[in-house]
Amino acid sequence: MSEIVAGWPILSILTFLPAAGAVLILLSRMSARGLNPGYDNGVKLLTLFFTIATFVVSLFAFAAFDPSNPEFQLTENVPWAFGASYAMGVDTLAMSLVMLTTFLTPLCILASWVIEKQVSSYMVLFLLLETLMIGVFCAQDIILFYIFFEGGLIPMFILIGVWGGERRVYAAFKFFLYTLLGSLLMLVAIVAMVSMARAAGIENPFSIPALTDFAQAGGFSPQVQIWLWLAFFASFAVKMPMWPVHTWLPDAHVEAPTAASVVLAAILLKMGGYGFLRFSLPMFPDASHFFTPFVFALSVIAIVWASLVAFRQLDMKKLIAYSSVAHMGFVTMGIFSGNEQGIQGAIFQMLSHGIISGALFLCVGVVYDRMHTREIAFYGGLVNRMPVYAAIFLLFTMGNVGLPGTSGFPGEILTMVGAFQVNAWVAAGAALGVILSAAYALTLYRKVAFGVIENPKLDGIADLDAREWVTFIPLIVATLVMGLAPGYVLDFTQNSAEAISSAFLGARP
Amino acid sequence: MNPMSDLSASLPLAHPELLLVGFALGAAMIGAWFKDKAFHALSILGVTAIAGAGVLAMYGPFAPVEIFQGALVVDGVAVFAKVLIGFAGAATLALGADHFGRTGDKRFEYPVLVALAVLGMFVMVSAQDLISLYVGVELQSLSAYVLAAWRRDDAHSSEAGLKYFVLSAISSGLLLFGSSFVYGFTGSIRFDAIAAAVNEGAGGVGLLFGLVLMLCALGFKMSAAPFHMWTPDVYEGAPTPVTAFFAAAPKVAAVALMARVLYEPFAGMEAQWQQVVMALAAISMVWGSIAALQQTNLKRLMAYSSIGNIGFALMGLAAGGEQGASSALIYMALYLPTNIGIFALILAMRREGEPAETVADLAGMAQKRPLMAALFTMLLFSIAGIPPFAGFIGKLLVFSAAVEGGLVWLAVLGGVAAVVSAAYYLRLIASIWFAPPAAQLQAPSGTIMVTAAAAAALSFPILVLMLGAVERWVDAAVRMSF
Repeated sequence: MSEIVAGWPILSILTFLPAAGAVLILLSRMSARGLNPGYDNGVKLLTLFFTIATFVVSLFAFAAFDPSNPEFQLTENVPWAFGASYAMGVDTLAMSLVMLTTFLTPLCILASWVIEKQVSSYMVLFLLLETLMIGVFCAQDIILFYIFFEGGLIPMFILIGVWGGERRVYAAFKFFLYTLLGSLLMLVAIVAMVSMARAAGIENPFSIPALTDFAQAGGFSPQVQIWLWLAFFASFAVKMPMWPVHTWLPDAHVEAPTAASVVLAAILLKMGGYGFLRFSLPMFPDASHFFTPFVFALSVIAIVWASLVAFRQLDMKKLIAYSSVAHMGFVTMGIFSGNEQGIQGAIFQMLSHGIISGALFLCVGVVYDRMHTREIAFYGGLVNRMPVYAAIFLLFTMGNVGLPGTSGFPGEILTMVGAFQVNAWVAAGAALGVILSAAYALTLYRKVAFGVIENPKLDGIADLDAREWVTFIPLIVATLVMGLAPGYVLDFTQNSAEAISSAFLGARP
Repeated sequence: MNPMSDLSASLPLAHPELLLVGFALGAAMIGAWFKDKAFHALSILGVTAIAGAGVLAMYGPFAPVEIFQGALVVDGVAVFAKVLIGFAGAATLALGADHFGRTGDKRFEYPVLVALAVLGMFVMVSAQDLISLYVGVELQSLSAYVLAAWRRDDAHSSEAGLKYFVLSAISSGLLLFGSSFVYGFTGSIRFDAIAAAVNEGAGGVGLLFGLVLMLCALGFKMSAAPFHMWTPDVYEGAPTPVTAFFAAAPKVAAVALMARVLYEPFAGMEAQWQQVVMALAAISMVWGSIAALQQTNLKRLMAYSSIGNIGFALMGLAAGGEQGASSALIYMALYLPTNIGIFALILAMRREGEPAETVADLAGMAQKRPLMAALFTMLLFSIAGIPPFAGFIGKLLVFSAAVEGGLVWLAVLGGVAAVVSAAYYLRLIASIWFAPPAAQLQAPSGTIMVTAAAAAALSFPILVLMLGAVERWVDAAVRMSF
């Protein structure tokens, strides 16, 4: 298969195919004067087609990609302006996240079938969002990375604000401004890095690989690294989100439409982890060592505290949002343990959390579409009316808890193994979080699914329909495959983890 | 060189200015004869003449050539600024003619005054001594006072004109006063002679005094805080097409003139003027973003937005060096279309013949007028500096210039100001998308939609992708001029 795409700008096609779909829909919207009733359905089908096509293209890219090669591959480079260029390329870390994105987006579109308000705008924004998300992981130029990273705020802002719940406007503003403040500090740091690299005579100071080489050759003094690290941290910690800058997440999650919640939890949060792995660790290893205790402390607080908060939630989405904060605590802990197990575990946990939390939000979406409430107390005894739903919900709840055999397990255990080698207490604190996660997740499940139906409104609730089946099956397969045979993923990401780990450990004082 | 041969050598290089003068005088004559019946024809001619002047300016040399016995200069920066001014002037005149044609306020002086103001700006950006500097600034300002008071039976408009005139006259006084100090302590009005005197160490406190007075006056003309007080009132009171004109071309002229004053006669005093420009930049960025948060009138809001944006351009100038000047000029080039586009859309917001210019009037535009809403959203994200739009590139460039020039604190402050300003642009976008629809707005005219669509196209695909060419052009212009 790889011969077919040889010589093609496959990553650009992959990135801009959804945007092409968006343009097509816009053009159709402008020419469709009197909207006929089938128009909205046509737009949905077209969007689904484009997202599936993107997934297929990503499979081609995957086939053309050689996981044993630690270099950036499928590279493209077109000079742009002021020394920056349009440079694309992926390594195994980026490739795995690109696959996650293209895999989940069609499922999000399926889950968005219930949208009835301003359908064409919704689909256009969703397609643009996919372009920007793929672009973040493919960009090899630091300015291009920033453009995609930051541009993603625009469609997300409008998606939350228009199609969200009651407090959607507040949530949209909070989401946008929080993330923007972090990002602009990062932008100033980027500018400073580039300026230093240029002063040192680096030929293409905007290229991420060139900057990494420059940094690893000692280009940034430890003193400078501290400041740069903090500026990048401001951006990634908000995106991740880490305690205590996580407060935008529950608001945004609760108010966002189901599919936007899925994208937010599954992909946008991963940009924070991706940023730490791509920039903070390899480019500022001294500062990363310096701040490791700080990050560990925040991670453990996030794990324990968010789990406890999740336990007390009355709203299903909010509960899952806090559980995301806790799971992202495992990711930061694994990343900053700096050894191979920790980083492997963090990458695995990011991929697995993408699938499981996405699936959990879809599960909430299923009942929300029927009953229009996310209040836990409203439900109860769903297993009597919706046995299939209950079974699927159980599987993903178990995945969220980290039951062996689901994809939740390997990531958690590896990050803890990694952290244990550095600091046993941190690992112990995280282990406490695993127990707490079982407590809140199982409680949620018990309250929603078990028991007898007491609320008469639930009498007529119907089990999954065909569309929902189709949405869940790929997620179930992915969860089980990643849980039973984690080696496929771990072998794939080995290269990146090794490279990042050696860059970090090589600087150990 | 004897006067006659100087004149014959100068005239070919002054084609753009001559075209404007010819149009202004000819149109005044035609208007005197045909009265307001000539409005449409003169407007079309005016748009052609101003755009034509911009095109003619493009053929000017990048290496400095002095004309009219050294009063003016044609160089890269002047050429670049004239092209921008020409297109901005033509676009805003077209919007204004379209608007006044519809509202029935068809007085033929409008295109004439706009052309004279543009001529003033051309002289400003070409000024090579203190006299032509002053003449350029005044020609532009005097036309602007009249334009601000265009709706003379409207109290707001008259107030705007009077306020603008009085405050601006004070700043012109400061400019003259400062110039006299500079002349007194360096012995010349010519920029090159001043530069030579500065390098020989002439002046001292007196020269510094003159420089600061001149910078304050220029700060007033470009509405940099703390000399911005007139801006919100004039922007709000003046008829919208006039505001659109004020917000576009004169800003470019002022920034180009400021760059010339800083980098030519006073290049040797960089350590001194940097303090002033830095302060202007910092205060403008911060105040421009904070004060806008509470505005409900779109024109007032855009006034504060322009104050903030001038702050960003000044940050580039404060950084010094070639990169500083070119980043400020590119910033203006990227800011200009976005700003014109936004004003075109504000102009389009009318309900039953009356202007609807508050944030609340934007409500639900996404549902009622999706195309307008899409353009508005793009332009607002661009002016807020969110990637991938052109406004982001401008901010990136001035940030880089500031960091390269060692002003990291100013860049960080700019970043924070950008977040605050994003908050109020977002308020408009939130109104467009999230609020339930307000009463239906009138359908916008074709001219407005074409202008706004062109501006949106410039703010994303065109200028962003062609940035390499723009950058090479400006870099060459700055390198060969200063």
